[in-house]
Amino acid sequence: MTETRTERVLPVTDLSLVVLVGASGSGKSTFARRHFKPTEVISSDFCRGLVADDENDQSATGDAFDVLHYIAGKRLAAGRRTVVDATSVQSEARRKLIDLARRHDVLPIAIVLDVPEEVCAARNAARPDRAGMPRRVIQRHIRELRRSLRHLEREGFRKVHVLRGTEEVEQARIVTEKRFNDLTHLTGPFDIIGDVHGCSAELEALLDKLGYVDGVHPQGRMAVFVGDLVDRGPDTPGVLRRVMSMVAAGHALCVPGNHENKYGRYLKGRKVQLTHGLAETVAQMEREPEEFRARVREFIDGLVSHYVLDGGRLVVCHAGLPEKYHGRTSGRVRSHALYGDTTGETDEFGLPVRYPWAEEYRGRAAVVYGHTPVPEATWLNNTICLDTGVVFGGRLTALRWPERELVDVPAERVWYEPVKPLRSEAPGGREGRPLDLADVQGRRGVETRYAGRVAVREQNAAAALEVMSRFAVDPRLLPYLPPTMAPTATSRIDGYLEHPAEAFAQYARDGVARVVCEEKHMGSRAVALVCRDAEAARRRFGVGAASPSDGVEGGEGPTGSLYTRTGRPFFDDPAVTEEVLARLRRAVDEAGLWEELETDWLLLDGELMPWSLKASGLLRRQYAAVGAASGAVFPGALAALEGAAARGVDVAGLLARQRERAADAAAFTAAYRRYCWSTDGLDGVRLAPFQLLAVEGRSLAALPHDEQLALLDRLVEHDGSGLLQTTRRLYVDTGDPDSVRAGVDWWLEMTGRGGEGMVVKPVGALVRDPEGRLVQPGVKCRGREYLRIIYGPEYTRPDHLARLRERSLGHKRSLALREYALGLEALDRLAGGEPLWRVHEAVFGVLALESEPVDPRL
Amino acid sequence: MFLTLTTTGTPERPATDLGFLLHKHPDRAQAFSTSHGTAHVFYPEADAGRCTAALLLEVDPVALVRRGKGRGRGGAPDAALAQYVNDRPYAASSLLAVALSGVFSSAIRGVCRARPELPAQARPLRIAIPALPAHGGPDLVRRLFEPLGWAVTAEPVPLDETFPEWGDSRYVRLTLESQTLTLAEALRHLYVLLPVLDGAKHYWVAADEVDKLLRAGEGWLPGHPEQQLITSRYLARRRSLTREALERLELVRLAEADDTEVEEIDNAVAADDTETEETEAEETEAEETEAGETGAEGTGAEGTGTAVAAGAGPEERPVPLAVQRRAAIVAALTEAGAARVLDLGCGPGQLVQELLKDRRFTEIVGVDVSRRALALAERRLRLERMGERQASRVRLLQGSLVYTDTRLKGYDAAVLSEVVEHVDPPRLPALEYAVFGTARPRTVIVTTPNVEYNVRWETLPAGHVRHDDHRFEWTREEFRTWARAVAARHGYAVDFRPVGPDDPEVGPPTQMAVFTAVTPNEAHKNKTSENKTSEHETDEKEARTA
Repeated sequence: MTETRTERVLPVTDLSLVVLVGASGSGKSTFARRHFKPTEVISSDFCRGLVADDENDQSATGDAFDVLHYIAGKRLAAGRRTVVDATSVQSEARRKLIDLARRHDVLPIAIVLDVPEEVCAARNAARPDRAGMPRRVIQRHIRELRRSLRHLEREGFRKVHVLRGTEEVEQARIVTEKRFNDLTHLTGPFDIIGDVHGCSAELEALLDKLGYVDGVHPQGRMAVFVGDLVDRGPDTPGVLRRVMSMVAAGHALCVPGNHENKYGRYLKGRKVQLTHGLAETVAQMEREPEEFRARVREFIDGLVSHYVLDGGRLVVCHAGLPEKYHGRTSGRVRSHALYGDTTGETDEFGLPVRYPWAEEYRGRAAVVYGHTPVPEATWLNNTICLDTGVVFGGRLTALRWPERELVDVPAERVWYEPVKPLRSEAPGGREGRPLDLADVQGRRGVETRYAGRVAVREQNAAAALEVMSRFAVDPRLLPYLPPTMAPTATSRIDGYLEHPAEAFAQYARDGVARVVCEEKHMGSRAVALVCRDAEAARRRFGVGAASPSDGVEGGEGPTGSLYTRTGRPFFDDPAVTEEVLARLRRAVDEAGLWEELETDWLLLDGELMPWSLKASGLLRRQYAAVGAASGAVFPGALAALEGAAARGVDVAGLLARQRERAADAAAFTAAYRRYCWSTDGLDGVRLAPFQLLAVEGRSLAALPHDEQLALLDRLVEHDGSGLLQTTRRLYVDTGDPDSVRAGVDWWLEMTGRGGEGMVVKPVGALVRDPEGRLVQPGVKCRGREYLRIIYGPEYTRPDHLARLRERSLGHKRSLALREYALGLEALDRLAGGEPLWRVHEAVFGVLALESEPVDPRL
Repeated sequence: MFLTLTTTGTPERPATDLGFLLHKHPDRAQAFSTSHGTAHVFYPEADAGRCTAALLLEVDPVALVRRGKGRGRGGAPDAALAQYVNDRPYAASSLLAVALSGVFSSAIRGVCRARPELPAQARPLRIAIPALPAHGGPDLVRRLFEPLGWAVTAEPVPLDETFPEWGDSRYVRLTLESQTLTLAEALRHLYVLLPVLDGAKHYWVAADEVDKLLRAGEGWLPGHPEQQLITSRYLARRRSLTREALERLELVRLAEADDTEVEEIDNAVAADDTETEETEAEETEAEETEAGETGAEGTGAEGTGTAVAAGAGPEERPVPLAVQRRAAIVAALTEAGAARVLDLGCGPGQLVQELLKDRRFTEIVGVDVSRRALALAERRLRLERMGERQASRVRLLQGSLVYTDTRLKGYDAAVLSEVVEHVDPPRLPALEYAVFGTARPRTVIVTTPNVEYNVRWETLPAGHVRHDDHRFEWTREEFRTWARAVAARHGYAVDFRPVGPDDPEVGPPTQMAVFTAVTPNEAHKNKTSENKTSEHETDEKEARTA
């Protein structure tokens, strides 16, 4: 341990809790001010002032230290070095600080300012607020400090710097040291290699396959070993020799495994049991020269528990490490890195039950580890275990970073019989294990690539939680929710509330030259996830019969999902869903899209018709009810008015108005009836896909709409079942008046025949305006008659229309963009193979935002 | 928005007296401004033999919605609830009742200055309302008007003749005829009963509603056989609906996003339960309100509580199943020695309330995914008024059983009473893992309906589940198979108990499983030798002197 008696250079670790020790007046605050950032230093005097308005009020000391410990704790939890400026001359006070450092897994460091009593007294006397301090207080401080000096290291300080006399204090210089585990400056590329366990031949084969020539990679790649080089296998010395020489030459890094740790203790002469393959290592090493054993001992002794690499994006350790331990330095961090977390239980084979830490892992750094033999290396929540049990006859696996490619070689033979069979699944994977509430609950922000951080408010998350939990399909089959869409700017044209001229003008202003007008189908939004077969669904989305806990229904698993805007199954009966998926699948087969898109699943956005299929409750209660009431009331009312008029009563104005209202009501009834028809099973049901959202490894959200529609047209063409319906479209150049006129005419013609309207989208799909902001991905332009269903039967009357034009679109537009950004994010995360919770977080965000207050008629 | 009042007469008592009674001249059309639009009064016919007055209320639909945005008294609570597509402009709703009392204010009070003797005289009356919203249908219309001396003709209006399969609308074409009533009585009947029949949606709440009801109901309401229903619909539901509506706006919007009705997704708490809570729980012990097992089940067959269980004699009043179930749960918890208990899916908090009464339960946590259920539970428990010591024993949390939740770790016991059947089968593995794999209480108690027993519920149609939201109901064998598999997967032992009379043929109405952990989580602290490291060796390397 350090004790710099004459040195003036004081090494201080970059993440540590620095405790200044010294009597009142010894110059701690001045020292701290000189050597540390003002925000790094917390002084007890300052905290006393915070709680008592008086920095010298000793009665506030207890509360002041509570505050000090609280602030220090928050800083350390955030990974910030913290300097405590208090006398800390009593061991009790220091013990609390050491506990604090341990709790946050950082190093406690003591810097002692041992300054003569006279100096302290003189300094205090010069300060008006301390002039009255009795001399005996300083004397007591110095007495306690002297008594403490010998014990500081034993108390737990990992570095102790004692500065004797004012001169040493003056001349001290602080040097910030990095932690040994902090190799963030190394960016690789790396080849991370799993547990070798003395399998020298397989290691050589793997290094060869990775392109290493005698331990050196021609492209300068660096190998990283996750530990457990030794024990069980046939040639531990060979493995050690190879790894040690690569490390020494700077071509490799190595973290210790529990087996190295145990062998290291053996080499130091500790009493350890020669079990779990250690006997083999000991026997093989006996045949090696003493000098080699000494080097091995030194090598093992020098291993650092884990490394943080590549700018913090990669963490390598032996047994896995939760995020809060990354880059931290404490006994328990090392213990966790070497042994993992265990529940304290043992399983039927007498082995400790490992805590499924990876399941809870939510960190941004990828954690690459070994330790637990698995049949296949699989990513789980951005962690991957590379121990594929080569010594048990499995494989030796490496991960290429940053490529994230797996490279492996098979074992030459079973070198060691396993105590228990390799687990059939990677830890935590594919067992129907749920997401964690902390992923979605409360006030949150979701980071998106296209619109930064999107905030979700607590009450909206609460509503989404209720719907997601009680009604939504399995989150694994819910990788996306469609965003809401803003209507076009309000039209001033006589008789119209919405008109396409506004949509074209808006896009022209946004710098979008070419848009596509797509027919708006009047049905219900439906998202379809179609897998090639149940096996593909199981493999990619982890659902289905292979999961042992889905015991309730049994049989073949689902081949996808078909859900509404809020994630609910479109059909109550899973068999109907499967039938729709089967028809879609046949169309994909026939169109040859599996091969062309190199995928065995597709995510489609579309509209399912008729509207009456899903919305029948709403239709009957609200729309048809209005039709029924108006149909019942007007004949009588008009007859009564006509009667009065015949008697010569002046009701002409009233009568005319009621006739108009009756006509409006009839038009309303006609409008909703167009979107209703009877269906029998799937007969009469139509699905109009309008966007292909994602396939394996790719989000297609940015694929231009003309290409999108070309793919979808092929799908519709190859549908033999009559389910799929094409989306009619027209391309418009927003800068060309003739083209714009043609667009308007198209819309007038379509809505004149009772069509709902159209959606205008930039052909380029994902487009930014000249300022770099996302452009609305589409605006809807609804037909004049259709809008009666939205704004009421009489909305077209001039006085109503005038008031309705005051509608405000700002919030709806902002909401549409935020939801769009979340949807894109979900697709990107899905395509990137990110963990389920990351995809779900964005999907959940869309649902939560849908419960924000916004005019529902927009 | 339209009704007609017709009377007939003789040369001695001409029908045109109606004009004096209503204080509206038969030869003129008059317009009156009301708070929701313009009311017009005119006479399609007016001679000595027959005179008809028509009231037409022109509701302004846009203003109606805009008004709603005011949020204050008299406004709809939120724009989401106020629809532009609204039946108000057409149907004879509570708005018409308000207009009626305003336009015919002297007639409704029985005052006629010009002919003071007229109001007290009964005369032939015929009232026609072509579109009357009638929650409860023609039958209720008859039950409300017939006892008052009306001959009632009420024909349902079809929803849409193009789609006959949609059936009837909630409107009826109503004609009332009487020879024995005065006009003032007739108007007062309409003033009260139109809103009562309108039912569900009241946007307009006034503080003096009780006084108004007492005044308008004078002389006929006290003796009316449906007095209870009339009073509670007129008054109580207004209050609850207003409050309820405010509580679930987010859900309303999510329902709208899906073109569904909010009732379809906000059904975690039965409507009856809400009402019970609102009207009675404030004054009476909640226990009494559950005499018919409205508690956990609400609208289902259990809600009737009329199925006479095999064991119960006809004379005895059977103990409601919900009460029996809670007793069985408390007994099982006591047996397990549990002190810190989770009620997962606590609903409006009946079990939490029961557990609070027993001091052995030192910490009770009610968890539900429905915020509305939690709000009701909070009111039921009167958490705000509870003493600190008592309040420190109980907590209510929003949570979801298909997500793992670290807040739920480390409890003695968890109760899932009538919960699993509300979860879609594909999501049961997630629930299983969250409860048995992650929260891992020592004891887990699960109750669920036994579907075999359904044949014993007299009021439950064959093949129906007991509650609309039940995603499934299990036989004894199905439940046991599931429970045993769960127990085996997660290291629990399980045994089964009946709740309610155990029918020799079909078993008990409720089945209960008690799971006990066989490998307690907080087991042995001593680690295996492999996992043992000395303090010294765990030191990080950088600690060494550089």
